[in-house]
Amino acid sequence: MRKLALSDEILLSVDKPARYIGNEVNMVKKDVQAVDIRFAMCFPDVYEIGMSHLGIQILYDMFNQWEDVYCERVYSPWIDLDKIMREQSIPLFTMESQDAVKDFDFLGITIQYEMCYTNILQILDLSQMPLLAKERGEEFPIVIGGGPCVYNPEPIADFFDLFYIGEGEISYRKLLDVYKENKNAGGSKKDFLRKAAGIEGIYVPAFYEVTYKEDGRIAAFTPVEEGIPATVKKTPVLSMSDTYYPTKPLVPYIKATQDRVVLEVQRGCIRGCRFCQAGMIYRPTRERSLEFLKEHAKAMLESTGYEEISLTSLSSSDYSQLEGIVNFLIEEYNGKGINISLPSLRIDAFSLDVMSKVQDIKKSSLTFAPEAGSQRLRNVINKGLTKEDIFWGAALAFHGGWNRVKLYFMLGLPTETKEDMEGIALLSDEIARLYYDEIPKEQRKGRVQITASSSFFVPKPFTPFQWVPMCTKEEFLQRAYLVNDKFHEMLNRKSLKYNWHEADVTVLEGLLARGDRRVGGAILSAYQKGCLYDSWSESFQNDLWMEALEENHISLEFYNTRTRELDEILPWDFIDIGVTKEFLIREWKNAQEEKVTPNCRQRCSGCGANVFGGGICYEN
Amino acid sequence: MKIRVKFAKRGTMKFVGHLDLMRYFQKAIKRAGIDIAYSAGFSPHQILSFAAPLGLGCVSEGEYLDMEINSESSSEEIRTALQNAMVEEMEILSVRVLPDKAKNAMALVAGADYEITLRQGYELPDGWQGRFLDFCNQSEIVVLKKTKKSEKEVNIRPLIYRAAQTKDGIFVQLASGSAKNLKPELVMESFYHFLGLEFIPLAVEVKRLEMYGNIGSEEEINLVALEEFGEKFEK
Repeated sequence: MRKLALSDEILLSVDKPARYIGNEVNMVKKDVQAVDIRFAMCFPDVYEIGMSHLGIQILYDMFNQWEDVYCERVYSPWIDLDKIMREQSIPLFTMESQDAVKDFDFLGITIQYEMCYTNILQILDLSQMPLLAKERGEEFPIVIGGGPCVYNPEPIADFFDLFYIGEGEISYRKLLDVYKENKNAGGSKKDFLRKAAGIEGIYVPAFYEVTYKEDGRIAAFTPVEEGIPATVKKTPVLSMSDTYYPTKPLVPYIKATQDRVVLEVQRGCIRGCRFCQAGMIYRPTRERSLEFLKEHAKAMLESTGYEEISLTSLSSSDYSQLEGIVNFLIEEYNGKGINISLPSLRIDAFSLDVMSKVQDIKKSSLTFAPEAGSQRLRNVINKGLTKEDIFWGAALAFHGGWNRVKLYFMLGLPTETKEDMEGIALLSDEIARLYYDEIPKEQRKGRVQITASSSFFVPKPFTPFQWVPMCTKEEFLQRAYLVNDKFHEMLNRKSLKYNWHEADVTVLEGLLARGDRRVGGAILSAYQKGCLYDSWSESFQNDLWMEALEENHISLEFYNTRTRELDEILPWDFIDIGVTKEFLIREWKNAQEEKVTPNCRQRCSGCGANVFGGGICYEN
Repeated sequence: MKIRVKFAKRGTMKFVGHLDLMRYFQKAIKRAGIDIAYSAGFSPHQILSFAAPLGLGCVSEGEYLDMEINSESSSEEIRTALQNAMVEEMEILSVRVLPDKAKNAMALVAGADYEITLRQGYELPDGWQGRFLDFCNQSEIVVLKKTKKSEKEVNIRPLIYRAAQTKDGIFVQLASGSAKNLKPELVMESFYHFLGLEFIPLAVEVKRLEMYGNIGSEEEINLVALEEFGEKFEK
């Protein structure tokens, strides 16, 4: 029998034991004695979520192509097992060898959303490692953070030895070589970190000092040693069709959230929506070639046996070869036991034609993301979608047989007025009316169903809205109630549904997104009070978080609802994403003037991402 | 043509539940490149069925699935292709072709063999296997069977076809299937009560050894292993 870290008694007493046994299809097996570096790659959430993440599949494949490295996986034990591991002091282990994480060379943690921060501490704690980097001696693994949240790593800086800022395909080989060299030369952890700090994309928080003004704002952010760079530049992949991408992705036994082959068609987005962090940090937009995608689709379907394939990117409709890849998948696989699941595409004749081929119209719905209820506010946020676009697409779809529409909005956007909010209900109602106007009674299959959802706006670093105040919980809810009341006044209210996200978790997300190093203490306190799985509504404990903020003197007024000055030193200013601060300021001014900025394909707006020398900046 | 596959599920694969194992096989069949038939309709699914679910935590040397394939092939070719698509601790034991009108394994299964051992740390005093035979030799074994709706007393003795002592535990042959079904765990629970002990579900380790169809009658059963209903085939 394969060795497992947990006994039968434990595995048979927890929910879904297959989360903890490894041995999945396409799992990489290596002789642990025959490798130089053991790398534990962690997604700090439950297995089904972590296994759905494409980034880890890419890096897992890349690391394991290297003979001297064995990359294994770690996920957050679910609450039931967490309790048992603490009681019996069982150290956290990897899926592959089932060995204790604390004995690895590296623990790499991908950080995809702010609300997983307490789970990061759980991973360190269950691994039986001190939570603070400065308390971890030579015997512990180097703890690395990566992923979108590390574009402001400051709130979690105290817990990590280093952060990798950018796309993992670029600097990891160099980092591991430096590690090996240092180890062979008998160097210490600190020696390694010093050398690592010189690698592109690597940020070692211990080598920087932050000082604050009396009013709490940052006075200076400076390296504490000679030779440590003042800024850290992100590392983007420039050759998207000549790089690592798995041909044999892992296939879980239990149903993962993303239980299919995933093809990433491009990285980055040409749109430049002003609230969207991904749209800025992944610039420039870089496409994969059609040939690359075809080869990988075929290889991955064969090696996994999946019966479904989907495309992914920030905005697949903008991929220049979209028709090519979709038509290829339909011709090659439709009706052959493989479902093609489409990402949310811009509704037009092409996408409706494709949808009617691969989906059951009766069961599928149309999705629009106007994000704001009025054209004025859509101009503020630079969301190109107009009411005419929506109406034209919806009418086309209604005639094609669809009668379900989903609409996504945000509340709490900068400059938002009562009219903008009420616009959410009005727009929804007009779409319902459009259905009844367009489709004669005898052709209707029941009532049209319009579902509108609001999330609450969180200002994110590296966006034109990074300086703006965020709403309080009460303000968010007032806005949601206002919209809800308006929905009740609508003529077609029986065809409309409105729902909104939870406000208290959004407030914390705002704090963690724009926080500085001082916020780390509150995260630690919240964890010690028992906060865990904060992104799961059933385990989120707002009262404990509020206690933790108070005890650590963290003021939501200072971090969330205050207007930051344009010349204020922001905690993430030391990171260079290519896109310049001048551009973000320009975009903030355009937002206030309700001016739309054309997308990257229409015209270059000089954001600065062309410094990387690739992508859309150099097309045409 | 209809084929029947016998496989083993060993070691840590006992933690993969029945529904997940079905999904695992759907993908394995595709990876193996087997030309399986699909149902008609908007969302076609593989024509594939399993004999009987195995409880979470149990291993087996005698699991079965039936499937319909489109093209001609040989037992050995299919066995090899499927085996190459397996993970560690899963083994394809045999592949047989079934007569066209054969009942599928799920409908056919009437009995199953199990080996039951006690987990380390949960052993009973020496001689427990002999006591188990005494238990089985009773003329009547009444247990309380609980369903979602009701509780009723059932005599399970007629559903225990055979019992024997093995080196490390016991062997039982029990009724299995949709008409009459007896789970080994229920037998053991009743045995613990017979000993005057409280039953600890974790104490029992179950290995299914074989599954059978009945070619005799209701009264006089004659069990034949499910794989014997098919034949080896070559191109």
